[in-house]
Amino acid sequence: MSTLKSFLRHPTGMIGLFVLLAVVILAVSAPWLFPDDPWDMVGAPFQPPLSEGLWLGSDMLGRDVAAGIAHGARISLIIGVISTLTSLIIGVTIGATAGYFGGKVDEVMMRITELFQTIPGFILAILLVATLGPKISNVIFAIGIVSWPPLARLTRAEFMRLRGREFVQAAVCQGQRPLTVVLRRILPNAISPIIVTGSLAVASAILIESALSFMGLGDPNLMSWGFMIGAARTVIRQAWWMSVFPGLAILLTVLAINLVGEGLNDTLNPRISRKR
Amino acid sequence: MNRREFAKLMGVSAVALSGIPLGITRAAGQTKGGTLNTIIQPEPPILVTALNQQQPTLTLGGKIYESLLRYSPDLKPMPGIAQSWEVSPDGLTYTFKLFPGITFHDGKPLTSEDVAFSMTKMLPETHARARAIYSRIDKAETPDPLTVIFKMKAPFAPFLTALDCTTGPIVPKHIYDGSDFRKNPANAQAIGSGPFKLKEWVKGSHVHLVRHEGYYRKDEPYLDEVIYRIIPDAASRSLALEQGKIQLTQWNDIEFYDVVRLSKLPNYEMTTKGYEYFAPHQWLELNNRVKPMDDKRFRQAIAHALDLKSMAQRVYFGMPKIATGPVSSKTRFYEKDVKRYDYSLEKAKALLDEMGLKPGADGKRVTLKYLIPPYGEVYQRAGEFIRQTLGRVGIDIQLENTDVGGWADKFSNWDYEMTGNLVYQYGDPALGVSRTYISSNIKKGILFSNTAGYSNPEVDKLFDEAASATDDTRRQELYSKVQKILVEDVPVIWMFEAAYPTFIDKRLKNVTSTGVGVHESFSSVSFG
Repeated sequence: MSTLKSFLRHPTGMIGLFVLLAVVILAVSAPWLFPDDPWDMVGAPFQPPLSEGLWLGSDMLGRDVAAGIAHGARISLIIGVISTLTSLIIGVTIGATAGYFGGKVDEVMMRITELFQTIPGFILAILLVATLGPKISNVIFAIGIVSWPPLARLTRAEFMRLRGREFVQAAVCQGQRPLTVVLRRILPNAISPIIVTGSLAVASAILIESALSFMGLGDPNLMSWGFMIGAARTVIRQAWWMSVFPGLAILLTVLAINLVGEGLNDTLNPRISRKR
Repeated sequence: MNRREFAKLMGVSAVALSGIPLGITRAAGQTKGGTLNTIIQPEPPILVTALNQQQPTLTLGGKIYESLLRYSPDLKPMPGIAQSWEVSPDGLTYTFKLFPGITFHDGKPLTSEDVAFSMTKMLPETHARARAIYSRIDKAETPDPLTVIFKMKAPFAPFLTALDCTTGPIVPKHIYDGSDFRKNPANAQAIGSGPFKLKEWVKGSHVHLVRHEGYYRKDEPYLDEVIYRIIPDAASRSLALEQGKIQLTQWNDIEFYDVVRLSKLPNYEMTTKGYEYFAPHQWLELNNRVKPMDDKRFRQAIAHALDLKSMAQRVYFGMPKIATGPVSSKTRFYEKDVKRYDYSLEKAKALLDEMGLKPGADGKRVTLKYLIPPYGEVYQRAGEFIRQTLGRVGIDIQLENTDVGGWADKFSNWDYEMTGNLVYQYGDPALGVSRTYISSNIKKGILFSNTAGYSNPEVDKLFDEAASATDDTRRQELYSKVQKILVEDVPVIWMFEAAYPTFIDKRLKNVTSTGVGVHESFSSVSFG
């Protein structure tokens, strides 16, 4: 409870939370706000913002930019959350195993992690999507694959720190199985920095997805912000609104998630939190 | 090109732009002199059109290599290096008389020997499209240096339409005879007989052509120089045009989305003429082997459901003309009196209902995949448009992205359901149309064959007969008949006669005076 109170008193964190909530509400209510398919050509092409029925204007095919942003919010958030969960599962599993067992296991796990860390993340993501084919599942998988190493290293460090503590050794002495020790004793004590890093990973996942869609590697059947900007790039001199609004949407969402992440960091870290 | 040279070139073009008559004299009503700056992209690998037939090679090589004939915009043969020609009544013997005094760029004379060598020896080995046509020549005779006679194995009327500079470029026999054509060191110098010869090719920068002084046509060429600048970036090409650094663009140099904006520039005329010989025809390809696309009614329903007028406006910025059938209106033997599929969702739904394809609970009747051709933005937009319009009648389209290799591989091996296709017609249905529909051309692994898998013995017979008929009235009769059958069957959904924007400086004359347009020799092009 005190953590929650502390977060509520965190000004930038709260701003971030409000903006993020607004985006989530927009995403959830998209089917009611814009019941039509966002791909439908509802108006004349290239209508500027504030045209009749088209708040944010229309694109080259006469599709509603506002509908695209609302429906795109769903895709961006879904991809952000699921791909972060994917990377959390991979990262925490590898980090926890390495940190808990140490020795040879740690050696092997860390060499694998380093292998992934040496490959530029975005390039690997492009390669994976291009090879596996641009489908939403593959995009999520690719983002998950490129963003787990920092999480693994963080989890490993936390586990190594906690591994030698008395309460952990006591649990081991009592004969608790390693899995129980890891999940019930160590993980709850290591979770705060993981949550913070994970929340920031959501933001970077949204950015990677947008960049992939911008390059034409997104799922062609799903409306996403990156796709909208990519399609608008060529006509930017005729229709600024086609790229500016989805760009703002990405900016606000990523900024909000970062603010929330920072707020969480400040409140979950006892040293900073107690100072308040 | 170093900086000084570049500054000089820029200076030359600036002078040309400001219209100061620098060393320009008037002759025969046309102005002599001047430098034409234009674009070539992507950079061609070689300039010898007999060895490579990619579009940039043909555009540049068309100035260097000439052929027997040229073609008017309505595809009537006109004198090329042949000043006159005769066809025997049985359609088996073609006699061409060459202009006197034609020389190659190395000063050696061009004779009937060179023509016979090019068309019966070199081109059938190096040029796939030419091989299909010139392999019908039984033998070539050269009674004197200015006369060449071709004896055909069987009558093949389109022969007279297949003698343009992209199909039948004449190469010097004294350079190529007995050598390995592709490895001949002279390929770098690109010696032809055209009005312009290669002066310098700076890779990655420009190709500099200058006037061939020994050109056989009086006063021609009018231009002193043609400089093809290599500008790979689309935005930079548009900018070069806006700034007046170039006087001509062709094919895909200017992207569709920039056409409307750039058409307002006062110094240029925008035209879509000059592509009549190629008549690029664009359609929605349906794999006829996949259910329910094997049913004629389903294909007809798609033809009714696609709003082509709106698609031309929204996707192609109003550039292309809507196609009415398999033959382009610019190609010979076009039949306009065919069944029309007007845009009508009701008719489409009625046809689908009649087939028994009822919509499910989610409103979808059937789900099909559309493989987006990986040739840029516009194809992506076209795919999205097709998905939305067909969705309205319950045909659910899933878009699939792929790369160039993947597309060619899947498409040519019939591993697709729907995709977009664009094919050149080369003036005559026997050269560029029949290949898409005749069953003998169902060839796995080959692009631009009968990939849809349509097969109709009557269509086969009609195309076959029309190709060997020698009388044009008879040919028209046969082609009209086959067009009517095809439009009724709609093996593919013809969409557009693709149009390319050519921006021409208003002072330039005769750029698109022939059906081959920007691939033509430019011997008669002049400033004013």
